Amino acid sequence: MTSKKITVFALLAVVLAAFGLGAYLYQQRVQNSQMDKVTQQQARLVRMHSPVFGPQNAPVTIVEFFDPACETCRAFHPVVKGLLAQYPNEVRVVIRYAPFHQGSDQIVLLLEAAKRQNKYSPVLDAVLAAQPQWADHAQPNLRVAFQAAEQAGLDINKAIEDAQRPELAAALRQDIEDLTALEVTKTPTFFVNGRALPSFGREQLTALVAEEVAKARR
Amino acid sequence: MKNPWTLLLMAWLVALAATAGALFIGEVMLRVPCQLCWYQRIFMFPLALILGMACFSEDRRGAVYALSLALGGAAMAGYHTLLVAGLIPKAWLPCSAGVSCADQPLDILNGLQIPWLSLIAFVAISLLLFFFLRKTPQ
Repeated sequence: MTSKKITVFALLAVVLAAFGLGAYLYQQRVQNSQMDKVTQQQARLVRMHSPVFGPQNAPVTIVEFFDPACETCRAFHPVVKGLLAQYPNEVRVVIRYAPFHQGSDQIVLLLEAAKRQNKYSPVLDAVLAAQPQWADHAQPNLRVAFQAAEQAGLDINKAIEDAQRPELAAALRQDIEDLTALEVTKTPTFFVNGRALPSFGREQLTALVAEEVAKARR
Repeated sequence: MKNPWTLLLMAWLVALAATAGALFIGEVMLRVPCQLCWYQRIFMFPLALILGMACFSEDRRGAVYALSLALGGAAMAGYHTLLVAGLIPKAWLPCSAGVSCADQPLDILNGLQIPWLSLIAFVAISLLLFFFLRKTPQ
């Protein structure tokens, strides 16, 4: 190999290394900034109106910023349920809404209306199961989601009426205010007892929950 | 500069840095590229490949092909820079649901506008290739 060819490879390696290092440093910076916000504003993680799965006084709280139209949230739904089943006494999950997609806010209000009929969990399951049919990001077909909710046992007329209640809109506004303050930009975003995942992924979530549960059991 | 190959290498390095930078802004900082940014990416990304291959195999023709891309990119970046500077009325562009092209500040560089960086890169590549081609007669 000539020195010119070696130069080309060496420079390519330098640029790739610089990119990798820069990406790492930038992500650290973003995460540190978010952790500062979370530590300073603990109250923004859980609100009175937030739906909760699992025991109210559980020592480990998973806060999930959730968008009903988000595919990854759908994929994480069984993971989160699995954690609840695995630690029935130690873990609770608090749902916060991050309606980043078009039409998501309507589905959030539908879910909140379902909560008033004590149908939150089956309606959430049904809406997520039907997500591929309704949650086109450019043209969501909300009627399909409403039908899925009705099939899950929701009194749809009452739910549509309840969805107009100002306190539901206020709760959603509060969630959006909180997620903005906590710099949540992606869904799902998880905080386990106020700690962010070191990096996004199902193993990272499972490991962080296991760690916090072990702390609580001690 | 004695060795014209160095000019080609510098042009490649500019393209490589610009490509890495664009990918950094898009994939690490998660900024969604606007329409005009996409056109500039279409001109810039192949430059990182073509000029890399041209440097590697010392192929003069690579510079000819790359120059056409660099000039096209410079035209796009020039238009975008004028738009950001407010010298082209924004009313020429209809509003769409996508990202605004009219304001693209980069907060890690003190709000430096991305199209300016793009224009500097395309012009630098064009000049370097121009001088390289002049120094290496066919």
